[in-house]
Order: sequence, then C-alpha cells, then structure tokens
Amino acid sequence: MTTASGTEPATGDAVLSARNVVMSYGGVHALKGVNFDIHRGKVTTLFGENGAGKSTLMKILSGVVTPTSGDIVLDGNLVSFSSSSDARDRGISIIHQELSLAPNLSVRDNIFMGRELRTRTGLDFAEESRQARALMADLEEDIDPMTLVEDLRLGQQQIVEIARALSVDSRILIMDEPTSALSATEVEVLFKVIRDLTSRGVSIVYISHHLEEALQITDYAVVLRDGSITATAEAKDIDLEWIVRNMVGENFDLGSPPTGHAFGEVALSIKDVCVTDASGSGYVVDHLSLDVKAGEIVCIYGLMGAGRTELLEAVAGRVPMAGGRALLEGEDVSGLTIAQRIARGLVLVPEDRQRDGLVQTMTVGRNLSLASIEAFAKGLFLSRPRERALIDDSIRKVTIKTAGGHAMIGSLSGGNQQKVVIGKMLTTNPKVILLDEPSRGIDVGAKAEVFRLLSERAAQGLAVIFSTSEVNECLSIAHRIVVMRRGKISAEFGANATKEQIMAASGEAVVA
Amino acid sequence: MTDVSQASKQSSPSAGGEGFDVAKLLLEGRAFFALIVIIVVFSILSPYYLSVANFLTMASHVAIFGILAVGMLLVILNGGIDLSVGSTLGLAGVVAGFLMQGVTLTWLGVVLYPPVWVVAVLACMLGAAVGLVNGVLIARFKVPAFVATLGVMYMARGLALLMTSGLTYNNLGGKPELGNTGFDALGFNRLFGVPTGVVVLVVIALIGSIVLNRTAFGRWLYASGGNERAAELSGVPVKTVQISVYVLSGICAAIAGLILSSQLTSAGPTAGTTYELTAIAAVVIGGAALTGGRGNIRGTLLGAFVIGFLSDGLVIIGISSYWQTVFTGAVIVLAVLLNAVQYRRRSKLPASTGGQPTSQKRGKAEPANPAQGKTAG
Repeated sequence: MTTASGTEPATGDAVLSARNVVMSYGGVHALKGVNFDIHRGKVTTLFGENGAGKSTLMKILSGVVTPTSGDIVLDGNLVSFSSSSDARDRGISIIHQELSLAPNLSVRDNIFMGRELRTRTGLDFAEESRQARALMADLEEDIDPMTLVEDLRLGQQQIVEIARALSVDSRILIMDEPTSALSATEVEVLFKVIRDLTSRGVSIVYISHHLEEALQITDYAVVLRDGSITATAEAKDIDLEWIVRNMVGENFDLGSPPTGHAFGEVALSIKDVCVTDASGSGYVVDHLSLDVKAGEIVCIYGLMGAGRTELLEAVAGRVPMAGGRALLEGEDVSGLTIAQRIARGLVLVPEDRQRDGLVQTMTVGRNLSLASIEAFAKGLFLSRPRERALIDDSIRKVTIKTAGGHAMIGSLSGGNQQKVVIGKMLTTNPKVILLDEPSRGIDVGAKAEVFRLLSERAAQGLAVIFSTSEVNECLSIAHRIVVMRRGKISAEFGANATKEQIMAASGEAVVA
Repeated sequence: MTDVSQASKQSSPSAGGEGFDVAKLLLEGRAFFALIVIIVVFSILSPYYLSVANFLTMASHVAIFGILAVGMLLVILNGGIDLSVGSTLGLAGVVAGFLMQGVTLTWLGVVLYPPVWVVAVLACMLGAAVGLVNGVLIARFKVPAFVATLGVMYMARGLALLMTSGLTYNNLGGKPELGNTGFDALGFNRLFGVPTGVVVLVVIALIGSIVLNRTAFGRWLYASGGNERAAELSGVPVKTVQISVYVLSGICAAIAGLILSSQLTSAGPTAGTTYELTAIAAVVIGGAALTGGRGNIRGTLLGAFVIGFLSDGLVIIGISSYWQTVFTGAVIVLAVLLNAVQYRRRSKLPASTGGQPTSQKRGKAEPANPAQGKTAG
C-alpha cells in the first residue's frame, strides 16, 4: 500500500500525464500542482469529494479548459490542447458529468454532432444510422437511432452520451460520473464495454461517487483532495476504507456544535413532503418528515441526486410540493409565496450563488438589502440613510471583506460573495434559515467563518438547516445529522457520528 | 438625479478618491458627448440650428420618442422588449380622434362629446390595457417578450386601421358649444415658452427617475432584471414587476400618441410606425443593457435627444432622408459597440474575479467547479 506524495516521476506506461498542473479561478486554487498519470490500456479511477478538483482536472486533460500553469504530456511529448476538438483529434474524448446532448435532436444526430459523416452531396444518414445502431447493440440498449433524445429517460440519455464518446474511437476515454443515472444492469453492461475497450488498448479514466462500484472496475486508484493528489495505489492493494480515509483526510476544525443554550419550541416542521422529479413519474423527495427546533443546527448529508436541494427549495416555496406540509412555528406555510415565507421568517440560501443568489448588476449593498426593502421604506419611498445603516450593520456582522456597500458584487471573492447571500437572508431576521451547500466553492477559511456565524445565530435562537456533500462538514457545528438517500431520510445521527456511519447511510460506501 | 451608474462608478479600484480617467469619462458619458458634438457640428454647418426657437422645435419632436423611450427603458431594465409601443401610440391617437368626433349611442339616440381630459384618460387606459395584455402574456403564459409584443403590435395596428377604415381623423379641434375644445393644447400650447409635449416629457422623466431610484418598485425592477431567480428568492414579486413595466410602457405610448396627434392636428392609424425601434435605439444609446438590470433615465433621455437632434439637424442642412436613416443606424451600431466595450471593461475592473455580467447565464454549466461562474470572463 503506497501513500505517495504525488510527486513521483512519470512511469513508463503513462499515456497521458498532467505535470504540476495548477488551475486558479480568480483567487481560488482549484488545483494546486497536480501530477496525474493515465495508465495505458488500464482503468485509472480518480476519487475525491465534491469540489476536490476532479472535474477541473478532467477538463484540462480533455482540452476543455487550459491550466493556469503546468504541462500536459501525451506519449512522452509536451502538448497543449487548443480546444476540446483538438484533444478529440488526438484521441482523447470525455463523457461529461452533465449531459451535453441536444434534446431536440435524434440519438443518431447527437452521436454524430459536430463530426457528421459526409457524402459528396450531403450527409451520409444511412451510414450514421448503421453505426448508431451498432453502438446501441454494443451497449445492449434497445434504442432506435431516430428517437429524439428528449423522449428518452435519463439513464438512456446517459447511454447516448457514452455512445457518442465511444463512436470517436478514442485512445483515451474520460468518464466523469458515467453511471449516476444508470440502473444496475446498465452499469454491468457499461463495465463489460469498459473491459472490452481496455483489452483493445484504450485507456480509461473513471470518476464515480459510488466507491464500491468504481473499485470493481478500476486498476489504479488516485485520490484528490482540495486540489492536491493525496494518494495513489494499485487497486489490488487497497480497500474502501483506504479510499474513504484518503478522500476525507484529517478534520480541519470547522467548529463544534454550539452548547450552553436550550433549544426552543419546534421552529420548522416538515410533514410528509413529496416533490416530483423532472419526468413527473417519481419522487425526488419521498414523504419526508423532519422537525427542527429553535436554536438547533441540523445538517442534511446526501449524494448528488438524493433530493436535498429539492427538499429545501420546496420548503422555501421555490418548487411546488406534490404532497405534505411545512409548518413554521405551527403555521402552515405550504401555500404561501416566497415573499410571504420570508416575511414570516423562513428563508433559503440557494446552492448556486451566481445563478440564484446574487444580482451581478447591483452593488454589494443593494444585494445585501434586497430581501429587506420594507425595513428601510418610508411610505412609498426608500430611506437612504436607513438603508446605508442596515447595509453597514450587515457587512460588519457577517464580516464581509469589501471596500464598502458601493462596491460591485463581482469584485468580491467567492467566500465573501457567499457571505453576502447569507447576510442578505440574515438581515431579514429569520426564524429558520435553510442553506443549500453553503460551503460550495469557498475556501476553508471562509467555510469556518460561515459556520461560526451560523452557530452564533443558532445560539440566539435561529433554527439552522444546512445541506452538504462533504462528510467533514457534517461533523462540525451540527447538533444533528440527517442522511438523505433517494428522497428519504435513511439515517439520523447525533453530533458524535463517525464519517463511516454517515457515508454508509448515504449509499456512498458500505464499510463492512 | 442620482442613479445606478453613479453607484457603479464608485466601484472602480480607486473607490473613495475620484480618479480622473479621460477614456472612462468619455465612455461613461458618451451619449452626452455625442449630443454636444452633434450640436457643435450642426451649429457650424447651419446658421439656423443654434437658436432657442429651433431647439424648442426639435425638443418637441424629441418629446414623442423620449416618452416612448422612458417606457421602453422600464421594459428593457426588466430584460424584456416592447415592440408594440408604436402601434399603441397609433391606436391611442385614433381612439382619441374617434372620441373627439363624438360617440353615437344609437340605442339612446344621443351623441356624447366627452371633454378632452376624459379623452386623454381613456386613451391612457387603453394604453394600459394593451400593456396589460403584453404583461400577462409574458409573465403568466411565458410567451417570449419579443413574440408577444410583436403579435400585439400587429393587433393594435390592425385595430387602428379597422376603426378608421384606413382613414385619418382630421378634425380634432372640437367645438366650443360642445365643450370639448383644447385637444391642440398638448401639441401647441407652451408653458413659459416650452412646448407642452416637452413639459410632459420632463414630468414623466422625473417621475420615472424617482420611481427607479427612490421606491421599492425601482429596486425590484433593477434586481429582477439583473437576476430574476435571485430576486424571486429574495422575495421580490417578479411577476407583478414584469406585468407593471409593460402596463407603464403602454401608458407612455398612449401619452405619446395623444401628443403626436395634437401636434399633427390629425389622428391617423399609421402614426408611430417603427417608432418602437427608435425608442429602443434611444434606450440603447443611453447605455442600457438589453439583457436587463443596467440603464437609467438620464442616459435614455440623452439617447432620445441624440437621435432627435441628429435627424432634425440633417433635415436642416438639407441632407436626404435616406442618408438620415443611414446615419441613425450608424449611431445605433456605434452605441451598442461602446456598450459592449463598457461592460467588458467593467467586468475586468475587479482584480481578483471577473466575468460577472455573463456568469449567471453559464452558472449552471459546471456546478462541481469550486470557482464556477468565474470562468466566463
């Protein structure tokens, strides 16, 4: 068992390598000098939590983005990809985590999108159809090439995405979470295809949150944490526990649950809440019930697609509930608008702050005051002095590092932008705050500050519910940890739970 | 008049101290400088251009576009577009003309001659109704603004043509014995020497400026135009705001229609054809972003004056109207080009991060990326 520092030199069998690759977005380092080898004709699996930098690394290796610094070595030669099609021309293709299909086109047209087969007079539809049908046969999927992608279920769409990558005959195939929507049998077929590909000399990079599944197929395991490689090993030398230990690492102290205050009455009561999924046929949140008391901090842990976001958005009024109720201090708020819920003290800090949290065209101050305009309105008009006081107060309390309320929101770092979104909602003096992945994309110092802020407010009686996909964060300020799996609560723990217990309950890893 | 662009000026790296940056000043105040250049050039070319009388005449032309542009600004701030204002202007004029002829109620056997203020109020209500149709189509039924207002543009124009069978009401004067005189006041009267139309424009601009800068509605409008999803999650009634801007735009169009028919002393069903495009041009020249969330009344007024003073100047020095069209088009293209430069500059100003104007569109592309949204720049 090796736990290398990740700086070992390129071995002879590496077909594609990243050398000291650094990727920075603004002030945030997504990758901090990574050395990564793709082994020829083998499956190399990259493990890591959300935000560890896996997808960024894959995007660099497939030419989607250019690294800030560092080299890419292909067959022993230094290369730089000008675009993803440049990389594809050199035999590297990638199956992206998010589907990149055009739903309005047929399966055939999607598979050949951007590299259509031509005859002298036009497109060679017959040949395209034939190849598409052959690919579907390889994948043992009964899909007619002329079916529109939007008519397929999600798992089948993922198969089409895989088929598209296979159709290129690439030497190196990167699979970023290829199985997230696949059924067990479909995964089996995919693994058969992968083994077939490797036997023909194709090198595979595999990324999956289903650790056991990945362990079945992989030859090499590489663990990425916070933008650095923490361990590499051959699959035969390792077990699940090794992966988990290296993925999660040592605890950075994100605080501990605030004590010394008694919980109040039940502030938020979620009763039998259901939310239908995108297709309308099933539930992403399935008859879920949860009570949270004033002053209590509850962490909701779960994998991607477990239904955390949908649950929080349904409670906040963003998406409709298909069933059930949400009671705020005993009052049913299920039928109210978002504005009415905010006025009653139920607020949501959304997961994606760029898309849902911030108004980029406005200043820091106006973003902060946006949810509490009534607080500084005098009759019909807004009172500027009162607004300024409110903004200054908010900036101080939430400790936002900014030139002042008049600075544009884009001038702040990710962590400070997140504090603006949280500060905006805290300024409304809520009774219950829901935070969807509040730590996403912010550095560890900002994380600790956000958690400290939340635990301070909880001590003053605020009920806090936050979701996360990082186990370490569960074991920080939360009094109670609720694990969600397939829309249901699969387990509840106190603050003294272990990482292994939590991950096992989420379906991520069953550690024997 | 303070507004958003001032707030954003302060956000430059030299925040606090007023740095003097000529290029930036020229860029931010480009509509203002363009107006000065236009005035100077035409004053040199024609002895008639630079006179109070000519300025007042040109200003009364600008009033029509200016009023339309203020309404259009509200819609564009919301991230929408209103193609129906020209037709609404025409329809409001025709309805006013129709009412001035007297309404025959056959079953009562009487002819009603409503006084001018009633005519004006009814015309404005009609404009509001047209705007409401736009707003409901867009906010409730999710019809894209371009398509919804395009359809309403045709319908309003068609209704105006139907009402008059394509003819024009030439007699808008009313009769003293019927008590409905005074329609020409909007076009010809002067308040302290200033044409009524210009006074109306100033009043509407002032109200608009106060609404945008001093009321919750204004803040809601900037927020929902900048990022509708974030605004909604912050408790902004985004649908109400969206419907309201189209209603207000419709009212502005109706007011412009009344002033135009009064100036022309006739109400024709084809009045205001393509005026919606001039209004959009004024808003864009004034520095507003068609993506929403950026823009202000001052810029929009300057935009309207740039277009009006340019085209009237070309008439005065005797350049063919075909060339006028070419010049106006060139000014619009230049304005949009400069908008692009300005927003790109602005997004580069913050040292650590960039690309925020576009990042919300792409934000979804890479949720696993720790610094998502910042790659867009």
